[in-house]
Amino acid sequence: MRPEELLAPSPVGLYCPAAGFHIDPLSAVDKALITHAHSDHARAGHGHVLATRETLDIMRLRLGDDFAGATQPVAYGETARLGDVTVSFHPAGHVLGSAQILIEGRGQRIVAAGDFKDQADPTCAPFVPVACDVFISEATFALPVFRHGDPAAEIQKLLRSAALFPERAHLVGAYALGKAQRLIALLRAAGYDRPIYLHGALESMTGYYAQRFNLGALRPAREAGKAELAGAIALCPPAALKDLWARRFPDPVTCFASGWMRVRARARQRGVELPLVISDHCDWDGLTRVIPATGAAEIWVTHGAEEALVHWCGTQGLRARPLHLVGYGEEEDGPVPDTGDSVQAKNGSA
Amino acid sequence: MNRFAGLLDRLAYEHGRNAKLRLLTAYFRATPDPERGYALAALTGALSFPHAKPGVIRALISERTDPVLFALSYDYVGDLSETVALMWPDPKRSAAESAESHDRPGTSPSLTEVVTRLATLGKSELPGQLARWLDALDETGRWALLKLVTGALRVGVSARLAKTAVAALGDKDPDEIEILWPSFSPPYADLFAYAEGRIEKPLITDPVPFRPPMLSHAIEDGDFAKLDPADFLAEWKWDGIRVQAVAGQRAGGEHVARLYSRTGEDISPAFPDLVEALGFDGALDGELLIRREQRVQSFAVLQQRLNRKTVSAKLLAEFPAHLRVYDLLVEAGEDLREQPLSVRRGRLEALVARLASPHIDLSPSIGFADWETLAAARANPAAAGAGIDADAVEGVMIKRLNALYLPGRPKGLWWKWKRDPFVVDAVLMYAQRGHGKRSSYYSDYTFGLWTKGEAGDELVPVGKAYFGFTDAELGEIDRFVRRNTTGRFGPVREVVHEDERGLVFEVAFEGLQRSTRHRSGIAMRFPRISRLRFDKPPREADRLELLRRMLDAAEGTPSSGASAGAPAIARTGRRKGA
Repeated sequence: MRPEELLAPSPVGLYCPAAGFHIDPLSAVDKALITHAHSDHARAGHGHVLATRETLDIMRLRLGDDFAGATQPVAYGETARLGDVTVSFHPAGHVLGSAQILIEGRGQRIVAAGDFKDQADPTCAPFVPVACDVFISEATFALPVFRHGDPAAEIQKLLRSAALFPERAHLVGAYALGKAQRLIALLRAAGYDRPIYLHGALESMTGYYAQRFNLGALRPAREAGKAELAGAIALCPPAALKDLWARRFPDPVTCFASGWMRVRARARQRGVELPLVISDHCDWDGLTRVIPATGAAEIWVTHGAEEALVHWCGTQGLRARPLHLVGYGEEEDGPVPDTGDSVQAKNGSA
Repeated sequence: MNRFAGLLDRLAYEHGRNAKLRLLTAYFRATPDPERGYALAALTGALSFPHAKPGVIRALISERTDPVLFALSYDYVGDLSETVALMWPDPKRSAAESAESHDRPGTSPSLTEVVTRLATLGKSELPGQLARWLDALDETGRWALLKLVTGALRVGVSARLAKTAVAALGDKDPDEIEILWPSFSPPYADLFAYAEGRIEKPLITDPVPFRPPMLSHAIEDGDFAKLDPADFLAEWKWDGIRVQAVAGQRAGGEHVARLYSRTGEDISPAFPDLVEALGFDGALDGELLIRREQRVQSFAVLQQRLNRKTVSAKLLAEFPAHLRVYDLLVEAGEDLREQPLSVRRGRLEALVARLASPHIDLSPSIGFADWETLAAARANPAAAGAGIDADAVEGVMIKRLNALYLPGRPKGLWWKWKRDPFVVDAVLMYAQRGHGKRSSYYSDYTFGLWTKGEAGDELVPVGKAYFGFTDAELGEIDRFVRRNTTGRFGPVREVVHEDERGLVFEVAFEGLQRSTRHRSGIAMRFPRISRLRFDKPPREADRLELLRRMLDAAEGTPSSGASAGAPAIARTGRRKGA
């Protein structure tokens, strides 16, 4: 049979007709399998949700206790039977709890990888290639210009800058789930032991991570005075870099940790002064390493630079096609949630 | 190379002058000779690599990458050097994949190795050598290498700033480094040794050295009451470029002449017509101007001769350079800087008379007995002696007659009293966030004037300004921008600008010049926000035609004829306070 009969794109995301479930659906469905808890993949209102324990915890933290009718945690490597289809979750290395989902049925093995990276990350389980017939790959950074390099070297860049400008605050834009905590872990691994200051929107997620990883001293930025913030490193959601919130910091150096920072024009466009190329997605080398490792003969490409990756697969003798799924890849770059952090600035005093 | 690449990378994103200075000084302090010397040479434009053309780089990358992937990548990145730097294949990985390849990547080259090797490399050897270096470097290193060899660093560092950073190594005066600069050459080991206090000051053997100029303070209203007009000389402040013209003889008797900018940069190659006229032995302080048919042209005209790579015969004929002098620092080996201005002025007048050169004349003094007379002269230079040159007058200089010529900006000796700036009322159209301290404020403004469009009157952008306002005013504008945003384009916000809704700025500026980079065809010099006009509806703001007429008048080119009968103010613009 054709793999499309096991899993096919639908307007709300990938759908398995044989077992009646969606993967990372964009709107409320009866049965959803969630690869990871970023807001473009994990939405509220589904009837049943299957995901890793961590993904379910994080969804609860972000979406509230009643985010789904029923939930079923599935551990990495464990299988679950849905109709005559078997599904299992495997580490994707993207953020804490992130999984590739293997769907087996009717003689086909399809892996929906969600977002993934094969680079080391101290805050989540490492990516494992899963043998399959069809591999569904993201393409966020699927151009050969995206090479993420060594994150430890980027952290050194930040620390050197902090040493050179001890009277200024270093304000680092980082996605609230995954990136922020990975940065903290990387800073600690580099020997940075001063308190790290957090925007209110990062507090609860970082608190969840801190139960599992030693993240050192963390302080809410809103309680710190300007003098205390001189020379400090503070993390905030990317949108807060240009928010009134940033005014509390002494002459801040605007930093942004993202794979997009590889391209100078992208960094300049955002007014970033210290770009840090640290990404939770595969770079080009990663994608072109992972795809052959799965042994898949057919590659479906979704969200990002699909054209380039599909072209590359062609040059490798792999059948490939873009899925044209919309609604993913926005990561979490939306407006900053109101956490009360901006109140002081709104009054114009900070 | 890696450390130099890291420096360039950081400088490219940094906006603040002081922060750039800190980065440069930290680099010079931490980097040994000769590496840091070659970095200084690269930053001051002392290096050039004629064989490294973009075509070479394009050929290298096309041999190594899939053309479709290259096209998609170049399209996304938009810069050839950067695209190549980012997608250059990692040789370790390629070697692992293709069994027949035995090339092993070398160690990353130092900047010294790159510069010294390129100096002796033949054209045919260049591509192979570049490829080996690109194999050995990381992304930032490759980017820096390609920027270096193609001569387009563009990291916002002037030669002066780089020299200032060297001076900061040992608390030296940047002017002193500037004076010594011609005595050194890459990789500048002696310069660093001197800056760090490890060797004595080198002797200057240059027969025509630059000497740091004497600078003035802006005069304030309260100053006049304390000053006796009888103690002062007044002269026109010319709207040109301050230069120092030095001429003398080498030990062998050969005549040598040089023209320096205010910061000590040797600008002789750009002005051969003037250098030829420097047939004296001494150092003159004066203004570089363009003079056509006995008439000094406005700065807008001079602008057209500046920043040209080559000086064509046509350019020389259309924009003849002229030197209008106002001080004499040295004559025939005698240092006159220790003499009072009254004495120097006498010697200067005699020298200019002897020279009798059509390219060099004396900046006349302005007769005045009291400050009111001088104020009248400043308000109307044409009637007070400047005559047909009045368009090139940007104010008056007031100099104490008994003052010695002191380098730097000594207090109480020289003042400048600029004419009031031109002003227009313009409408805020777009706002962008600033940098550093202002990164959360919309502090960079694009403003426009009215002109006739296809569908009636429309606003066309005429300039950008990001200072002139107080912190409190910045807060007011920032609030206005956030509350009246009508569109967003990346970091830029479009702000409401309709007949009745919008924010009017009084914009002050020093002059105008033609520009192909602006849709309006006009660029302002030194525009700044001089007043917020929350009281004024946008429809009452000024029209673009006002600027067009001003520019025509400044260039002496008759406009389309429409302004022939217009009142004087419509031809020459409006000045603040007028």
